Amino acid sequence: MVDSTGRRRADVLVKGEAIAAVSEAGLSPPAGALVLDASGCFVTPGLVDLHCHLREPGDEEAESIETGARAAALGGFTAVVAMPNTQPPADCAGVVRQVLDAAKGACADVRPAGTLTVGREGKRLAPMAELAALGVKIFTDDGAGVADAGLMRRAMEYASALGVVVADHCEDASLAGSGVMNEGALSSRLGLPGRPAVSEEVMVLRDLALARVTKARLHLLHLSTAEAVGAVQAAKAAGVAVTAEVTPHHLALTEDALSSYSTLYKVNPPLRTSSDRDALRAALASGVLDAIATDHAPHPPQAKETSFCDAAPGMTGLETALSVVMTELEVPLERLLAAMSWVPARIAGLWGVHGGPVAPGSPANICVLDPSRRWVVSPARLASRSTNTAFAGRELTGKVRHTLLFGEPVVVDEEAQR
Amino acid sequence: MSGPHLLSVRDLGAEGVREVLRLAGTFAEVLSRPVPRVPALRGKTVCSAFFEDSTRTRLSFELAAKRLSADVVTFSASSSSINKGESLRDTVVTLEAMGVDAFVVRHSCAGVPVQVAGWLQGGASVLNAGDGAHEHPTQALLDCYTLTEERRRRFGPAREGLEGLQVAVVGDIRHSRVARSCVLAFSELGAAVTLVAPPTLLPPSLEGWPVEVSYDLSSVLPKCDVVYLLRLQTERMEGQFLPSAREYTATYGLTAQRARLLGPDALVMHPGPIRRGLEIAAEVADGPASLITSQVASGVAVRMAVLYLLLGSGVNLAGS
Repeated sequence: MVDSTGRRRADVLVKGEAIAAVSEAGLSPPAGALVLDASGCFVTPGLVDLHCHLREPGDEEAESIETGARAAALGGFTAVVAMPNTQPPADCAGVVRQVLDAAKGACADVRPAGTLTVGREGKRLAPMAELAALGVKIFTDDGAGVADAGLMRRAMEYASALGVVVADHCEDASLAGSGVMNEGALSSRLGLPGRPAVSEEVMVLRDLALARVTKARLHLLHLSTAEAVGAVQAAKAAGVAVTAEVTPHHLALTEDALSSYSTLYKVNPPLRTSSDRDALRAALASGVLDAIATDHAPHPPQAKETSFCDAAPGMTGLETALSVVMTELEVPLERLLAAMSWVPARIAGLWGVHGGPVAPGSPANICVLDPSRRWVVSPARLASRSTNTAFAGRELTGKVRHTLLFGEPVVVDEEAQR
Repeated sequence: MSGPHLLSVRDLGAEGVREVLRLAGTFAEVLSRPVPRVPALRGKTVCSAFFEDSTRTRLSFELAAKRLSADVVTFSASSSSINKGESLRDTVVTLEAMGVDAFVVRHSCAGVPVQVAGWLQGGASVLNAGDGAHEHPTQALLDCYTLTEERRRRFGPAREGLEGLQVAVVGDIRHSRVARSCVLAFSELGAAVTLVAPPTLLPPSLEGWPVEVSYDLSSVLPKCDVVYLLRLQTERMEGQFLPSAREYTATYGLTAQRARLLGPDALVMHPGPIRRGLEIAAEVADGPASLITSQVASGVAVRMAVLYLLLGSGVNLAGS
């Protein structure tokens, strides 16, 4: 068993929605109890994803809250934050209520994020207080950054009174231009327009300065550059209240994957160089990057089976995230689990419901993972409605065996139960 | 992936480039006959799949295919099912199923010919006719052919090769597929290439490129054997790459005055269409050092050579 208090061997008894007992001496199952075999496995608090796109409402061809939550559960997540760039966007109580409603009965606890600005247009503040009253804890215009520094400042000031998190997709559009991959030697050779690392760096520096000045709680989404990592490190040392996340694909892959122009690897921010990847890995290990978040971005086939320039950016990730980081990174499991469970739980305001220690009285949101299980990623067999995984055909080591959501076994022996 | 394909000049290597030039000479002779036709590709079907407009290149390819007795079908993107939402992949796979042996593909986005080659299931070949800013292999090949032929005409067969030639490629290299293919092809044949452009029109990185760089055209010209000018598109001024066309011409244009800095044997090339008074002065374009019309004329023979290599001969291209 691994959680924020440490590591030990124990049996766990779950009754109803809560953990009833944890015993290192072992427990005998009560009559009629369902026994989940966890031999050889790690039992941990369920994972929490700060960043996924479930596409409902508006783009249900790619994913729905139901199918996305099922993918999440298979990936060991008991809670996910659904990004608000839906159609229509989650910038009002009506859409947030729609998401909450569709999330009832889902295989994972789906928490909607709200937009920072109306329509994600970057002009007027969204009704953050009204959405916060519905339980929204993270606000972002993700998909794009907030271009207007003055507006970002006001958003941070306003949010600081509500105790909510302002999250930004740090890309300066005027520097990123029409880029479709990382700008550098490879993009020059391939003849594709690139998004330079500086387009992320510039906005990260700006947001960190604004967070310092406004005392807001800032969260930086999907960082991809060594420069951004350096800036976050300096800001934290100076006491800025910032957290930052990184995706499994930025930790595992580099721009080299694009040399065959495969659109599966097209994503914003783009996959970058191996020195960026090394910096991200070191920052994750040291804690400068707090959390791993999937940025699960499902797309239907026709959105990817087209020219590189026209292809939609993004890859799925909920079901493969934990396995990918376990396979590709030489980071202790405790740190990986911290980055995927109790740390994001705190950032999302879910600590205590998710991510908390496996202890009697806690809600039974649990993930059981087999660290030695080898499996090959087969896109058609993933639960997501979409098949655009960047890890198709890869052999990974480590897989979730069971997932419990508020005591209900939603995944048993790697199979979704509903 | 099947094939063989011609997606990049890299697919050919030096030997492959020389083979194309040799074959082009043979086909140039065919084109000079009263009946300019050979049955080499009879029974083969060539589809010109131009997703980006280009009448000249498309006609050049179609003519080349017809002179080889191939059947030619044309896919016209604007009136196609692409606009009705069919995916690019589905379009290509459907066309292949109708019996196409080779696709000549032009697209505004780099990499489409590579992607198409990956989607095809029945062994059809893909010929890159220009993909975004990536490559335009047959343009570079016809440029090498034109240059080689002209050097043979002027200096004799012993000096027709490009080894040791100083070639300046001038202009918007950043956005130019012709530049990328030409740098590869000229280098493969042993020439020394210098890129001349303002920093904003150079690629973000030249790491791995076999080139020198200069911002000063006038200082490069006296040492040039060949000046290769690129077309400057108006979008570059609007896109903040340059202040104005006037400033470009003043600093990087081959004006009549600058042209006097060239040696007596230097040659001037341009892939066309030229913008007189912008990249090149009218009198230089029409002058004795200019190979521009010869470049246009050699397109069909070179494209016949490439089509023949891909479909007709069973001869393997180096490296493919």
